[in-house]
Amino acid sequence: MNSTVQQIINTYKKDRFRLMDMLIDFQEELGFISKETVKDLADQLDISTVDVEQTLSFYHFFTTEPTGKYTVYLNDSVVAKMMGQEEVAKAFEEELGCNFGQVCEDNLIGLFATSDIGMNDQEPAALINNVPFTKLTPFRVRELVADMRAGKTVYEMYTEGYGGGNNKSVLVRSMVANHIRRIGPVLLNDCSPGDAIKKIVQITPEAVIEEVKASKIRGRGGAGFPTGLKWEFCRAAVEKERYIFCNADEGEPGTFKDRVLLTECPEMIFEGMVIGGYAIGAKKGILYLRYEYKYLGKFLNDVLFRMRGNNLLGENIAGLEGFNFDIRIQFGAGAYVCGEESALIESTEGKRGEPRDRPPFPVERGYLDKPTVINNVETLATVVKIINKGSEWYSALGTNDSTGSKLLSISGDCRFPGVYEVEWGFSIDDMLGMVGATEVQAVQVGGPSGALIGPDEFSRTISYADLATGGAMIIFGEQRDLLKDVVLNFMDFFIEESCGSCSTCRNFPVILRRTLKRIIDGKGIRKDIDDMEEWGQIPRVSRCGLGQTCTNPILTSIKNFRHLYEDLVDKDEDYVSEFDLSTAVQESCDFVGRIPNI
Amino acid sequence: MSNKIKFKIDGVTCEAEKGQYIVDAAWENGIYIPTLCNIPGIKPQGSCRICTVNINGRPMTACTTPLLDGMEIENDIPEIREIRKAIIESLFVEGNHFCPACEKSGNCMLQALAYRFQMMAPRFPYSFPVKGVDASHPKIIKDQNRCILCKRCIKSIKDEDGKSIFAFYGRGHKLRVHVDPELADKLTDELAQKAMDVCPVGSILVKEKGFDVPIGKRAYDNVPIGSDIEGNK
Repeated sequence: MNSTVQQIINTYKKDRFRLMDMLIDFQEELGFISKETVKDLADQLDISTVDVEQTLSFYHFFTTEPTGKYTVYLNDSVVAKMMGQEEVAKAFEEELGCNFGQVCEDNLIGLFATSDIGMNDQEPAALINNVPFTKLTPFRVRELVADMRAGKTVYEMYTEGYGGGNNKSVLVRSMVANHIRRIGPVLLNDCSPGDAIKKIVQITPEAVIEEVKASKIRGRGGAGFPTGLKWEFCRAAVEKERYIFCNADEGEPGTFKDRVLLTECPEMIFEGMVIGGYAIGAKKGILYLRYEYKYLGKFLNDVLFRMRGNNLLGENIAGLEGFNFDIRIQFGAGAYVCGEESALIESTEGKRGEPRDRPPFPVERGYLDKPTVINNVETLATVVKIINKGSEWYSALGTNDSTGSKLLSISGDCRFPGVYEVEWGFSIDDMLGMVGATEVQAVQVGGPSGALIGPDEFSRTISYADLATGGAMIIFGEQRDLLKDVVLNFMDFFIEESCGSCSTCRNFPVILRRTLKRIIDGKGIRKDIDDMEEWGQIPRVSRCGLGQTCTNPILTSIKNFRHLYEDLVDKDEDYVSEFDLSTAVQESCDFVGRIPNI
Repeated sequence: MSNKIKFKIDGVTCEAEKGQYIVDAAWENGIYIPTLCNIPGIKPQGSCRICTVNINGRPMTACTTPLLDGMEIENDIPEIREIRKAIIESLFVEGNHFCPACEKSGNCMLQALAYRFQMMAPRFPYSFPVKGVDASHPKIIKDQNRCILCKRCIKSIKDEDGKSIFAFYGRGHKLRVHVDPELADKLTDELAQKAMDVCPVGSILVKEKGFDVPIGKRAYDNVPIGSDIEGNK
């Protein structure tokens, strides 16, 4: 066996629950995961090869073929395309003389497409060997290709210098810009790392939970479950071995606020995990970090290292006898659905990221079937402020049902895309004014799984009672073709990212996309619109929140922009055949040298 | 003390053990909730979604939801029937199902459910995907055209060491069930037959054998699927 393979397997003590880590290491060390590697791995872990492949084939950053010395993953999300991704893609293809999905020039450069990489505020963007390159132009592409041919390291390929804040840390070295445009209670740098930990060790875990409950904070990932209640449920579990996860798998196209928090406030996020760990009685915490943010890995591990040195992690934390807690980072490998909490657990256990049935909920049976709390990055960071400044202070912010503030990731057609922290209750109108957006046709609230709304709804406010959101806001100007450029792309995203387990989320986006495409191509009829509305309801019975919302791009655009569909369909026809006779006979006509006479 | 609790399905009061899965409890009470991916006695998975019922107005899968005292369940109502029928139709257009040429015809749960739900033709356009047939294994054929990805083979067919012979490959609409070539080589006749039997459609077939039971005398040839359960009343 290849010694690298053996070494990696040994590093994880042949633990099949660490299969993700092993596959990630193989991919990075060997450039791809061969049939032989799969076989070796299966033998050593004493599982069948199809079980290894089941995990391997689920994540799109794992490959079974070499992907080149330089592997380019160019984002193909909506905003990337709005900002010129197609010209960039064309430049890559022309310069290299090969297409996306191929590896060219003697295994030097591989070109691949990928879903949103969390850089919507600086698109078009690509990952090259896991390092983000943002604001790409055809000119930059030609430079990059020349640099790759010259054998430069990815860091030598920068021309702009490093981005702001910790992006220029020697452990990050990225050109990513933070674009923090509005600071609020969470982003305001007014606490020292560890203050909240020193505070909680003076009080009981129950008192911590009470404080968080009193703040009325709800989960910031989008679902909005009360955080204090979640912690209370977990603490009440009989089983004593418990876990706390931080969900840093923000994969909803249009969201990138966790990227900024992870870059600028990692101590606060980890401190939030320590607080949560203390409250629920967990000894271990896991940060599940999306692979797209691999470039932050070393930096984040260093933060953990320093926290251990400062007695904020490890044993007898902050001097409290028996308060032991530590954190490790688990990387994903490219799967949107892993942002769903039970899929995230499955992935951390080395399996395909398939959501689980509920009940039981993770607070009863989660990671390794033990009680588990999963909180969003922003939630955990916010908890630190709540502990430091009190629930009374916090609950006075925002609205009655939505206390505190929310980080918004705002991108698309506006002058100042970036991260804005606002109090709940902020209106869409104000938001558009704040970011310098004019002549706005629509706003996608909450990413593709959310809703596409038009101007007559811009007076609505961001709150759990009105427009509940995880914070992704994409603005579309008058010049955009909403159906072709937005809705179709979002449907492609859901088709690509479905885990495939539920028949509903596996099939209905495909069925609906086909009808949508027909309408866009001018071959639709009025009934197609009604059909899509009706058929789009079926995935509501899917297992997870992602499956339940996978037809939302179509449903919400029909609801709010029905005229766009009606303008495209033939209103007089009851039936349009998809069968095209001249295309069907083309091949045989070519064969006998005739022109179709139809 | 008895652990029996009372619950209602479509207004009918039923009795069952607390914590039983809804589908099992319903069947014991002579009420048919259709299933496809579920195998009684094996941990349910809720992947086909056909057993969806409304509980307090919310759709839940009856195969995975444990029963609680006083639960009110909606099962045979137009809204739910329509969802089930649409799911069945979607499974037909997702693959390539040609019943007259299929060894499983008459024993096929998908076909039987289509009859029960009076599907004439799917409302959705056929996609006629190219999926292929894997006949490389000595004992079994895996016809991907007919696979509905229910996971029954994955969950219930393991070799003597507990290793998986079937597993998922890929995701989304490109999802497939793959067969482990090495383990399939060692498959016993008994396990091969079990795999074919556990497959609700004709996707797993035992080689060199067919039509042992003639058409006309098969499970669903003369009575609709679920009749045996409704006979429990």
